[in-house]
Amino acid sequence: MSETAPAVLCRGLHKRFGETVAVKSLDLEIRRGECYGLLGPNGAGKTTTIEILEGLQKPDAGTVEILGLPWKGNEDELRGRLGIQLQETELPDKLTVEETVRLFRSVYSSGPTVDELIDHVLLAEKRSDHVKVLSGGQRQRLSLACALAGKPDILFLDEPTTGLDPQSRRHIWDLCRDFRAGGGTILLTTHFMDEAEKLADRLAIMDHGSVLVEGRPADLVASLGGDHVVEFQSTVTLLEEELRRIPAVTRVDLTSSNRVATREPHRTIPALFQLIEQREGELTALNTHHTTLDDVFLALTGRQLRDA
Amino acid sequence: MSAIRELVLMRMRTFIREPEALFWTFGFPILLTIGLGLAFREEAVPPATPIGIQTGSVAEQHFGAIQASGDLEAVRVDGEEGERALRTGDLALVLAGSDSLVFRYDPARPESREARLLADRAVQAGAGGTRPVGIVEDAERRAGSRYVDWLIPGLIGLNLMSTGMWAIGFGIVFMRQKKQLKRLIATPMKRSDFLLAQILARMAFLLLEVPPIMLFAWLAFDVDVAGSMLSLLIVILLGAFTFAGLGLLASSRATTIEGVSGINNVIMLPMFVLSGVFFSANRFPDAIQPVIKALPLTALNDALRGIYNEGAGITSLIPEIAILLVWTGLAFLLAVRLFRWQ
Repeated sequence: MSETAPAVLCRGLHKRFGETVAVKSLDLEIRRGECYGLLGPNGAGKTTTIEILEGLQKPDAGTVEILGLPWKGNEDELRGRLGIQLQETELPDKLTVEETVRLFRSVYSSGPTVDELIDHVLLAEKRSDHVKVLSGGQRQRLSLACALAGKPDILFLDEPTTGLDPQSRRHIWDLCRDFRAGGGTILLTTHFMDEAEKLADRLAIMDHGSVLVEGRPADLVASLGGDHVVEFQSTVTLLEEELRRIPAVTRVDLTSSNRVATREPHRTIPALFQLIEQREGELTALNTHHTTLDDVFLALTGRQLRDA
Repeated sequence: MSAIRELVLMRMRTFIREPEALFWTFGFPILLTIGLGLAFREEAVPPATPIGIQTGSVAEQHFGAIQASGDLEAVRVDGEEGERALRTGDLALVLAGSDSLVFRYDPARPESREARLLADRAVQAGAGGTRPVGIVEDAERRAGSRYVDWLIPGLIGLNLMSTGMWAIGFGIVFMRQKKQLKRLIATPMKRSDFLLAQILARMAFLLLEVPPIMLFAWLAFDVDVAGSMLSLLIVILLGAFTFAGLGLLASSRATTIEGVSGINNVIMLPMFVLSGVFFSANRFPDAIQPVIKALPLTALNDALRGIYNEGAGITSLIPEIAILLVWTGLAFLLAVRLFRWQ
């Protein structure tokens, strides 16, 4: 096994289910030690992609190498080096936290002790409780303990915080950062832009089975040309050219609502008022926010991530 | 080995912590044994058969002898009443005759023929007649030859089949539905370890499952094992193994509880009827006997009854054991090939 090979490398992945193309022409390269995010709406093909990379689904075409090794012929070795959290596993209800961790730990030849794992995910007080009585966040941390049981090199997390309250989400993020700090590589899928922004060193935005754009979150946001987005409604229709002439405006998008990206909202907004006044119109709504990955997704697809 | 141990423990814990499953596995067979055992334990000695003695006939002299026999209940009737009671079946036999004794009855009715023989014997005995061949009657009902003795080994066989197939089938399909199988194969767990653990857990449950039936049958109905306990243990383990294999096969692809229930019923119902659980399989036509003999439950029941009722040794049960081994081998080979993990 090459120690310099990328953690995950795939080229030309294709997967279809009947008429539906789930993944098409997908290339990814994930470096050792980074946290890589697959961001996209439900149905974008994130789960299919991550499960192909995990060796749980077979692609119709394309190649996958994990730590420099293809799945075929290396399954035994790779399984011991990966930690996996599936999107929908329900761990057995009637087992206790400790029994569950012990079961998962028993299938790996080396790794932390059962107590260390339980302490690490902050479930020491719940060790004798049945899985059934755990909260969503506690279950997700238990599931993470199971994924960490073999001291993996790569952690695959499929929508790790979906359905969790804000505090539980922060717990999971902290555990991800701990794993990174120990030199581990993470691939996670999410449809939360804040999660991708906070955790991912690099990310790919996916839609309809392919990657639309890839890069560092800050670079993707910067590619829109400004830190701020001004969204407005008015009684008159403004033309793209008019808006472009407003000071500090870097980008104009009139597809869903009227949006302009700007570096300096304090210069752009008064000029916008003035323009609408000149046209004898009236401003009916105004909203400004920091540019997010959601704006990137909107710029790429014409849809918002949260409604897609 | 530690992984197998944890997998076995997981299976046992998830099962034992499910009260309904426990009842159906352990309580139900005992309830069935109680019900059937009570129904067949005291097969009542039939009441004395009523017969008529025609008034004014020579039969009246024998009234006392017939009553004394205890087998028959004599009533006095006139000629017309006697005729009518014979037609309606209220009387099995009418004794009449003005010179010699006349037995009037319908030979097509079994109880009439029986009453005739009993009346003949009572009349002859009353007249001091000696029988040419002396007979001592021994009508005590003995343990070992009653219906309940025959039934218990069949119930054990039935129980090994149904709990094996239901417990394994439901367990596997549930884990498949909840994606627990998928989660486990995402670890370095050996797939054969998982399948083996299911079977080992089944074996462990036998210790909780079979002894209560045996103990209950022994305490309540005096049903005893004629053969050796070791032979019985070997056959029970083998039977459990066979049906664990068939249970894995039946659940190897099903993704819903309904699906696996259907498959289990298709496999088990024919054996329920044909394999001699409640009545002897010999009652079916000769033409299908080879098929019936080849069924795993028939082989298991025959072997269990051989040991339980006849004290057969393991060597005389080789054909049955061979049938079970063939089924076990086939079931495992197919189950491992067909098994769907996700």
